[in-house]
Amino acid sequence: MPAISFQNVSKTYRGSRGEVRALSEVSFDIEPGEFFGLLGPNGAGKTTLISILAGLSRASAGRVTVMGHDVVSDYAAARRSLGIVPQELVFDPFFSVRETLRIQSGYFGVTHNDAWIDELLANLGLADKADANMRQLSGGMKRRVLVAQALVHRPPVIVLDEPTAGVDVELRQTLWQFVARLNKQGHTVLLTTHYLEEAEALAGRIAMLKQGRVVALDRTSALLAGKASTMLRFKMDQALPAALTAQSRVTGRIVQIKAHDAAEVETILATLRAAGCRPEDLEIGRADLEDVFLEIMHGEPQKVAA
Amino acid sequence: MSATASGVFSGTRTLLYKEVLRFWKVSFQTVAAPVLTAVLYLLIFGHVLEDHVKVYDRIGYTSFLIPGLVMMSVLQNAFANSSSSLIQSKITGNLVFLLVTPLSHWAWFTAYVGASMVRGLVVGAGVLLVTVWFAPLHAAEPWWIVVFAVLGAGMLGSLGLIAGLWAEKFDQMAGFQNFIIMPMTFLSGVFYSVHSLPAFWQVVSHLNPFFYMIDGFRRGFFGVSDVSPWFSLGVVAVAFVLVAGTALHLLRTGYKLRH
Repeated sequence: MPAISFQNVSKTYRGSRGEVRALSEVSFDIEPGEFFGLLGPNGAGKTTLISILAGLSRASAGRVTVMGHDVVSDYAAARRSLGIVPQELVFDPFFSVRETLRIQSGYFGVTHNDAWIDELLANLGLADKADANMRQLSGGMKRRVLVAQALVHRPPVIVLDEPTAGVDVELRQTLWQFVARLNKQGHTVLLTTHYLEEAEALAGRIAMLKQGRVVALDRTSALLAGKASTMLRFKMDQALPAALTAQSRVTGRIVQIKAHDAAEVETILATLRAAGCRPEDLEIGRADLEDVFLEIMHGEPQKVAA
Repeated sequence: MSATASGVFSGTRTLLYKEVLRFWKVSFQTVAAPVLTAVLYLLIFGHVLEDHVKVYDRIGYTSFLIPGLVMMSVLQNAFANSSSSLIQSKITGNLVFLLVTPLSHWAWFTAYVGASMVRGLVVGAGVLLVTVWFAPLHAAEPWWIVVFAVLGAGMLGSLGLIAGLWAEKFDQMAGFQNFIIMPMTFLSGVFYSVHSLPAFWQVVSHLNPFFYMIDGFRRGFFGVSDVSPWFSLGVVAVAFVLVAGTALHLLRTGYKLRH
């Protein structure tokens, strides 16, 4: 039984300018114990998919289950199995951190939960903030409370919807160590993120969404091995010769060019030399997830919304 | 499964507790302020009208006014509690914490309406406790006091739930309050007996369920009323069932909650 199963999930919104299709026939399963990454550009449908999973939104067609429980017909069991860290930094200004966590725990019917609440506070570096009002916390601290709230009823499946957007490096490290440990203990983790290096480091398997469709679904290692190739990276002040622009990515002075083998590397260098370019800090490395991501996202011409 | 049953029970209890704690933490604004408002009404209207208005024989105007003000406070605060809690949670976004829980529509209804009733009754008791010193008052038929206060608070708590679900902005909520709740309260006979109104407005008043709540509640103090308390009870009970049924239906279907 998969921990999470999306079966032909479609979602159509009725807007003022007719129908908008946010998701089209999305299907994939996440097995118990997996650390799964869900990637895609803004507007690809990641948050819509998470919302349907959490019961915040309803699919127009298709079915979603959590630990075998349908999120609509058996919502109570599905939601007990699920801990969601929402993307927005929201909080209830009336309560302290401990009150917030006790209340959230109580909603799930879990009372006398202070031992676990203390453990969560300690692990997330919140122990000294337990009695502070939510309003007094910094943004990063509020984000930690959101994580604790999602875990307070000990769900087997954890969903993190871009949890590190706008979060400082220290918290990001704390958070990932903690989530990685939960994953080792057997929790299933579904992560959406913009930070591709995070997904590459943590997720064993990845799905990529583009315009509401799954465009890639594979083990992270297979995605890196299959799609990508060798990358030539260097810094340069001159303009790139026209012959190379199609296969290159330029970020300021940094140029990255895809090359399939050593012969192609030589050809590229010869082309640069012929054009009078002087590349510095030249290195040859393997493509990372960002390269794969860009390759897949730009694999076909982007349809521009009319 | 008893484990699940007790889980459902404690989930509902937690939400009720949270909703009560929410208004209690700002009780200066949610309890003390409405008590003060009611006392000001009493002082001003009582002072101006004591010698000019006679509603029932042997009952002074100030005495007549007190139960009306108590019930008005019960109703307005019951409405204010569920409606303001919901709209605030919707606008700040923290309603998501509740939407991801296994709580059913019955749990939401019980907790939001229950907390509204607590606030309405606490404010009502506060108004009574302060105003009772201004004029002679005794409970002739106390059971009507309890029945109408509880049912009225329940109905306005449910109505507040509907308004809180429907409104997307604070000004929509203010509109609901100013154009529906306030006119219905003031045209219900809080400040006068409807018998003193022209025939047309008497008819209009008799179409207003708030009138029956106030009239039935007042019956508990004076033992006299404009209409039979049993008839009032029937009207208020039917109104409560209709409003509560609508609120439950909206919660069950996820109206403006789950898109």
